[in-house]
Order: sequence, then structure tokens, then C-alpha cells
Amino acid sequence: MSERLSPQRPDPDQLLSRVQADMRQKARGRLKIFLGYAAGVGKTYAMLEAAHQRLAAGVDVVAACVETHGRAETESLLVGLEMLPCKQVEYRGHLLPELDLDAVLARRPGLALIDELAHTNAPGLRHPKRYQDVEEILAAGIDVYTTLNIQHVESLNDVVSQITDVRVRETIPDRAIDEATDLELVDLPPDELQNRLQEGKVYVPEQSAYAIRHFFRTGNLTALRELAMRRAAQRVDEQMRAYMQVRSIPGPWPAGEHVLVCVSPSPQSERLVRSGRRLAGELNAGFTALYVTSPDQLRLAEADQDRIARTLHVAEELGGHAVTLAGRSVAETAVDYARQHNVTKIVVGRSAEPRWRRLLRGSVVDQIVEAAGPFDVYVIGGDDALNRPAGVEQWRPHPPWQRYLQAVLFVLLGSLLSSVMHRFLAPTNLVMIYLLVVVLAALYLGRGPAVLAAILSVLVFDFFFVPPYLTLAVSQVEYVFTFMGLLIVGLLISNLTARVQEQFEATRSRERDTTALYAFSRDLAVAADMESIVRAVSANVSQTLGRDVAILLPAGKGEPALDLHTPAPGSTLDEHEMAVATWAFDHGQPAGRGTDTLPAAGLRYLPLITARGKVGVLGVWAAETPRYLTPDQRRLLEAFASLTAVAIERVYLVEAAGQVQLLEAADKLQSALLNSISHDLRTPLVSITGALSTLLEKGVEPDDEARRILLETAAEEAGRLNRLVGNLLDMTRLEAGAVKVKLELRDVQDVIGAALRQVGERLGERPVEIDIPAGLPLVPLDFALMVHVLVNLIDNALKYSAPAAPILIRAHTSGDEIVLDVADHGTGIPSEDLVRVFEKFYRVQRPESVTGTGLGLSISKGLVEAHHGQIVAKNRPGGGTIVTVALPLAGGKEQEGELERE
Amino acid sequence: MSESSLRVLVVDDERPIRRFLRASLTAHGYSVFEASTGREALTAVLSDRPDLIILDLGLPDINGIEVVRQLREWSRVPILVLSVREEESTKVAALDVGADDYLTKPFGMAELMARIRVALRHVEQPTEQPLFEVGELRVDRARRQVSMAGSAIVLTPTEYDLLRILVQHAGKVLTHRQLLRQVWGTAYELETHLLQVNISNLRRKIEPDPSRPTYVVTEVGVGYRLRAE
Repeated sequence: MSERLSPQRPDPDQLLSRVQADMRQKARGRLKIFLGYAAGVGKTYAMLEAAHQRLAAGVDVVAACVETHGRAETESLLVGLEMLPCKQVEYRGHLLPELDLDAVLARRPGLALIDELAHTNAPGLRHPKRYQDVEEILAAGIDVYTTLNIQHVESLNDVVSQITDVRVRETIPDRAIDEATDLELVDLPPDELQNRLQEGKVYVPEQSAYAIRHFFRTGNLTALRELAMRRAAQRVDEQMRAYMQVRSIPGPWPAGEHVLVCVSPSPQSERLVRSGRRLAGELNAGFTALYVTSPDQLRLAEADQDRIARTLHVAEELGGHAVTLAGRSVAETAVDYARQHNVTKIVVGRSAEPRWRRLLRGSVVDQIVEAAGPFDVYVIGGDDALNRPAGVEQWRPHPPWQRYLQAVLFVLLGSLLSSVMHRFLAPTNLVMIYLLVVVLAALYLGRGPAVLAAILSVLVFDFFFVPPYLTLAVSQVEYVFTFMGLLIVGLLISNLTARVQEQFEATRSRERDTTALYAFSRDLAVAADMESIVRAVSANVSQTLGRDVAILLPAGKGEPALDLHTPAPGSTLDEHEMAVATWAFDHGQPAGRGTDTLPAAGLRYLPLITARGKVGVLGVWAAETPRYLTPDQRRLLEAFASLTAVAIERVYLVEAAGQVQLLEAADKLQSALLNSISHDLRTPLVSITGALSTLLEKGVEPDDEARRILLETAAEEAGRLNRLVGNLLDMTRLEAGAVKVKLELRDVQDVIGAALRQVGERLGERPVEIDIPAGLPLVPLDFALMVHVLVNLIDNALKYSAPAAPILIRAHTSGDEIVLDVADHGTGIPSEDLVRVFEKFYRVQRPESVTGTGLGLSISKGLVEAHHGQIVAKNRPGGGTIVTVALPLAGGKEQEGELERE
Repeated sequence: MSESSLRVLVVDDERPIRRFLRASLTAHGYSVFEASTGREALTAVLSDRPDLIILDLGLPDINGIEVVRQLREWSRVPILVLSVREEESTKVAALDVGADDYLTKPFGMAELMARIRVALRHVEQPTEQPLFEVGELRVDRARRQVSMAGSAIVLTPTEYDLLRILVQHAGKVLTHRQLLRQVWGTAYELETHLLQVNISNLRRKIEPDPSRPTYVVTEVGVGYRLRAE
């Protein structure tokens, strides 16, 4: 702590985290820990006393799990407190009383008393450890009083085991203490404690009485007491510092110390992490556990991979970060990382490499010390028995003995070849054949077999091809050089080749991961619905990690239930698994197998979280041979999960957008219809009202011409209004299916004539060409309706063509249909509108507006279809529009009498 | 159609409407010119030099609001917009960009004539008379005095400003935005509640029956109008 920040202002980052911690505190319940240094100092007693005070102060206190060990004085304190019954869990024939987490959450007291924070839960409960139960209770806003012995604190675990020779298995992470609002030290001098032990006032399990008595030696107790007091003092110190920081009191701020712990596959690493954490704790600094995968260590045995995964996990448990990096040299990578992340101290373990290697290349520790520059490097001593790494795993597919056998075979083949070549070549040149053999062995069989091949080659070469033959003796000294050369070159080549091969394998494994991710993201990119996403996830995860998956999605918006989506239909998850999945979803944290929450589950559940929230849960079945996922695999799985989450969210968003679009389109159509109708209805009304009100106005005398124009306008517009209303009613009737088609056999010529008569005045001087061949059959149709259709078509032709352009009406038979054409020489219809003109209220855009409702053609279409006929519009080659109506000739004979549309 | 008669340009895409407006306006002694699209209207304003424009907002080519905006860049000729009831926002926008008044279709000729008179009067009398009288309301802008049926009325400065603006445009509709901008400033253009509170206070002081106002009339969805005759 040589540096000091400027004393005026607290570090804003620290202040922020302080404020965030405060805010978390407010929503969370408050945790008070009664800390003792050994069993029997009176923690539970002190807790109950404090609870009674709170009870007297009106707090809703509940004893959720309190163990009195049958001591009367403690039991007497339970009187007057509400007790929640324990959950009885059966385990190996015993009934174990456990904290009933759900009962506490359901009861929602103001303060819950929970003994023994470091307790390990019976298998099958939601969390493996009681402190995790307590965290969930705190998260629910309930205050908790609990008790703890100092030896259960994770970072002190090693120290305690050194002092007492007892390794405590039940540990809690340091953050559980750090996050406690209050820490109360319950103290008793060691000799008094021993007296209480003598008097039988300390609970001692029968079977381990001896060990316990050994544990309660004065030396042990004093050391533990000191540890407890130091931890409590440290805590007070932290609070003081926090207080000074918030009040901006100048003082020696922690100058951003950070400890980096370099871990290796060695079993010692876990201890290294604890030491690092302790150092960090004393410096009030953060720490990071770093694992560097170098080419030398690429192919680790599974046991080692597991150990690294566990070590990094411990680091996270202790409140540090865990980082895995790939680099050519462990030392360089670690120091680079340290430099980039403002690390001040580096902790490494004493090297486990063989002495000769250390002499040759210098150990990793030496390299780090050399490269470290400004950093303090702490080398932690090791326990040699534990220190040997399990060795590098061979990448060869065959078992080792088989490969050595093959190496012998290689040499044998080489020798056969040599015996043939012996006649043509000098013995020294035969060495080349053996070199080839060694290279091939290195390439295909690996390091060991290649070394064997090199040695065998020398021997066989000497025995068969170097005079004197068939002995290992050598007549000429120069052959000794040949042997040496062959051996050294063979060894070097085998080493180099094997190494290149290993690196190649390692690169390939990385590349496999990248390719897997790439393939996955490509599959997801094309997955447009939930089903194909599930298929893509399942295929990719099973291909990459060899595990099956299940995807669980919320059944509906805001519903708590999750729906299972699996590629294999029919597979289900039982109630218990669903509960685990739901927990993972609700809390947004991984749960199930391989995690801290409900590890007894069959699947590992990863919540699928995006920036916008939780979208579901990805469940991964355990592999057939249960083991830890390596950090690489874990990271890959997490990458899969986040890709999946984004893909699922995308599907949701697309669905939502589609619905919005549909609604918008419907909305637009509706308002367009309304606008169109209101415009069409109102325009004639404007003219009528205006004209009539002018005539009615007093004091204004329009001349005769003006009067005539006004009256004409009013009359014409009234007619227009009438046609519009008629059309609207027709449309309504058609849509309601209320139009009855009365089929009779009629002459088409008759229909055309009647239609032209109805158009009447509007036709004016317009020339009309009519082309009806003689001998047309009678057609079954509803006379009045068909006339209506033709009137509409003729009206349109009039409106959309020049006043003098002729209109053509034509009839002819085509197969079993009769075809009626109404054609004009107008501007025609844009080809993209040829179908849409038959839609309701659709009008082709014209520069000079033509009055109309956009209903005529759609009504005609409805009527023609009621006759089981067809109507289409086409553009004439020479300009103009032709509307064709085709009616079935046979229709009437089969369906005589009344026909109802549809 | 004498040489001295006032010239009115009718812009509407419906031929029947142009036809009856021509007949009616001619009968009232105006010279009438026609345009069926926005572009035609813009050129007609240049060539026919109308004294007033009657503009339908639903034109086939250019949006009516755009026509008003373009006209207002170089012309102060009064513009009366015609709209249907469904187009509240369009007509308020047209008024905001400079149209003088509006009529909702269908309308009676008497109403149209009254609006035309008001619009033309504001052009004819650009210099304001200090004394304004309508019904029993009397506003003396030279002395900042307001009286109702002979008895003096005390207004707050804001209420007086509001009344002064209304008097200045008596007979014409003023949109919420126009009133807010002129009395409170551009920053308050959207604070319609300010306007409503002050209008209601003003009415309590000058209207005989504030719940059925006869001087300061509400134009639903548009703004307010002070009775001019």
C-alpha cells in the first residue's frame, strides 16, 4: 500500500459499489452472524438472547432451525419463540431434520433464527449448503440471525487444518461473511471452555469423542480464538474504512491492490488459491485465479482438467475471478495479464517440474520472477507428494502397447527393405531408411514409440548391417558416430514431430469449438420458428458435447409455468426436474447438475437471458459417464445458451412484429374504407346543401341561368347519392349472403338490350358496337342481376374512356361457357391493378378524377360468382380495357330453381 | 361580373362542388375562378390574382396543407379551407401554417358568406381601431379597459392579453397553438391546459352565462373564436 490516492475525494468506483451494496441491503434482509471459535462458546445462547430482545421490540421472530443439543439453559430460551417444524429428510435410513426453506419463505417472518450457517444439507434438498438457503431467505427480504464457528470459513480452512490437524469439510465462502450486516463475536476464555467440556456442557458426538478431546487442547483453542478475533477485527476495520470512504475522511485508501494467483493442474493449486485469497483479504484487495493453457499442457488428462475446473470454481467461491487464457508461455501470458489488469502481486506455487528440466530451461516460477518487473511475486511452498501433475495424456487413438508394437513392426519393415537395398547401398546410406522409419513412427505413433523405434533402429542396424554382422560389436570407429547420429537425430525428430502433431491437435480442438459455434450460429440464423431452433440447439449440443438438451419456455406471457420443447417428442421431465428448471428461470441463475443449486437433478439448467430479460431455460442432460465439464466446454455451453437466447428472442420479436403488422394493415384498410365512404357520401351532400341553401338565401337573387345550374347540380348529385347508397346496400346484401339467384333460361341479347336501356341518358351520343352471333344458346341466369352487372360494366366503360370513343359489347360461346365482353378505348388499367380493381372501394388513380365509389366492379364480381361464373379484366392491345364475364351453360340444368350463393 | 367585383379562387377536385360554388358566389357578386388540383391552384393565384381562396384540403396531387404553406411564402391572400369532420388534425395544421379560417362540409351558403366577409375585412382594415365593440362587450385597447354592459371588468394581465389577441382577430378562428404562442410564447405551444384555465376565467368575467358562452366560442378540436357581429 505504498501509493495513496488524492485524499480529497473517495474513489468514485468504490463509492458506487458502496451505494449499490447499500441498495441491495435495503431490498435484502439483514444477516447477523454470531461468530465463535469452537463449539460450546455459547453462540446459540447468545443468538436466542438477542432474538428475545428483538421479540420484545415487536419484531416477528421465528425459530426456523435451532439446535439446542439438549442443553437446558439454551432450551429454556426457546420458550416464547415461534418454532417452525423441521423438514424430515430420509437419508441412508436416518431421518435428518433440515431447515424447511419453503416454509420460511411462506411464513415470511421479520426475523428468522437459523443455527449453523456452515451446515451441509442432506442430498435432495434445493441447495447443497445451508448458507445458500439463507441467501435465498435474505433475498426474500427476511432478516436472519445465524451462528458460525471460525474454522468453517473457506479462506481459513488451510490455516485451521495446519493448527488442528483436522480438515474441516463443511466450509462457507468468505463472501457469506463479508455480506453479513453484523458480525458478533461470542467469546469465552479457553480454560472456561475446557471446564464446560469437562462438565459435559459441550455437545460432543459419541463416536468421535477422542478426536474432539484432542481438538480441544489449549493450544488449538487459543489459536482458533485468535483467528476468530482477527476476523472480527478485520471486519470492524473494513466497516471503519467504508465509513471513512463514504464521509470522504482522508486516510490511507487501499491503493487498488489486486492479487493474481497462477494455478496449474497440480492438486496444490487449490491451496494456492486460498493463500491468494488470504493475502488479498489482508490487503483488502480483489484477486483473480489465472490458468494458462500452453502448448506443453494442451492435452491434459481428464483428472487434471477436472481439477482445474474445481480450482477455478473454488476461486469464484472465495469471491475472486477465474480466468483461463491460452498462451505460448505460461510466464509471459501471466505477466501480460497482470500488466493489463493492474495487478500488484502475483502468487505462484513452487515448481513441480523435475530438477533437470528446471536446470535446463528454468522453471515457470523463475520465468515469472524474471519477467515480473514491478510486481511482487509470492512463491508458496508445496507438498511434494501432492505435487506431481498427472501427466500429459496421449492423443493417439490406440492403447499404448499397441502403438509400441507397431513401432517394432515399423523397424522390422525398415530392416526388410534395408536387407534388399543392402546390395546396392553402402551401410551408412541405409541409415536414411531408419531415419524415415523414426519419422513415420513419430508422425503416426507418438513420442514414446518413436523413441523406441530410434533405439531399436540403432541396434538392428548395428546387428545386421554393420560388420561384423550378427553381433553388436563394431569393427570401425566411424560407425559409432553413425549410431550416435542416428540416435540423436531420431530422438530430436521424434520429439519435434510429436510436438507439432500435438499442437496441431490442440489447434484443431480450438478450431472445432469455433467451428461448432459458427455452425450453430448459422443454423440459428436460418431458424425462423421455435421448432427449428430447438432442432438446431439439440443437434449442435449433442454433436459438440455429446449431450442431449431440453428447452423450456414460458407457457404464456407472465405465466409461471414452463413448456418443454425437445427434439424427441414424448420425452418428459418429472415434477422435480421441472421445479429445478423453474428455479433457474425465476432466479436467472444456473441450477441442477454441476451447479450449487439442486445438484442432484438429472440435467444442468442454464437460464436463457438476453438484454431484454429471461426468455427460457436450456437443460442439458448429464453425459453417460458423469464428470465435470471442462472450463472450455462450460464456456462453449454458455456461448450456446446465449446464442439460443438471442435466437428465441428474435422469434418472439418477429411474431410480435408480425401481429402488429397484421393489426396495422387491418386498421389501415378499415380507415381507408371509412374515408372512402364518408368522402363519397359527403361530396354529393356538399353540392346539394350548397346549391339549395343559395336558393333559399334571402336578399340574393340568382339569375335564371344560375338558378338552373344550381337545381341541376342538386338533382344530379341526389341521383349520384342514390346510386351510391344502392351500391352499398347491394354490397352488404352480397356479403351477408342475402342475394338470391333465380336462374331462368334467357337470351343474352335480351340482357344486353335491357342493360343499355337502363344506362339510357348517361350513354348520350356514345357509339356502341354490339356483336352477337346468331344461334347462341339460352343461358341459365338471373335476369335482373345480370342486367345489373352489365350496367356496371357499361358505366365503367363510359367513365374511363373519351366521350366519342366507341364501346364494344360482344357475346360468344367457348366450350361449355358463354362469354360476354365489354370493351372500351380508354386509358386501360395499370397491369398491377388488374386484379385489385375487383376489390371493394378500390379505384385506379386518375389524374382527372372520375366520380365513383369503387364498388361497381366488386359488386359485379360478387354477382357473377353467385352464378358460378368468372369475371376478369384485361388491357386491349390497342389501348383500353376489356372486362370478360364467363357463365356456365350447364349450370342451370343441374341446379334448377332457386340457387343461393355459397 | 363587374370589373370592381372581388375575385374568389375555388380549389376543389369535385366538379359538382365547383359548379354550384361558381353559381352561388356569382349570385353574391363575386368573380369566380376555378382550379381542380393544388398545382393548378398555385399557378392560378399568380395569373388570376384572387382576393380570397376557398381551398379543399383533400386534393388529388398536393396535400392542402402544403398548398397553404407554399402560398404563405409569398402571398398574404386570405385562405378559407374546406374539410370534412374526420380531418380535424389536417385543418388545425392548415390553420397553423397560415390559413385564415375553415368550414366543415357540408355547409350552408350563409355561413360561407359570413366567413368570406370576416376574412376580407381583416385584409381591408390592417390598421386596428383602438375601440372594439360587440354585443355588450367593449374593449378599449388604448386604455387597456374592458367593460361589460357598461360596468368595468378587472382582468389579470394574461387574461387581458388573451382577450386582446382574440379582439385583434375577431370573427376568425384561432388555434390553441396560435393563442399559446402569441400570449405565452413558443415554448408553451403545447400547454393547452394553461389556455383552458385562462379562457374559463375570462369567460367567468365577461360571459353572462359562462357555461353557454356567446362571445368567446369554442371551435371543437381547433381553438376559439371571438364573436365579431
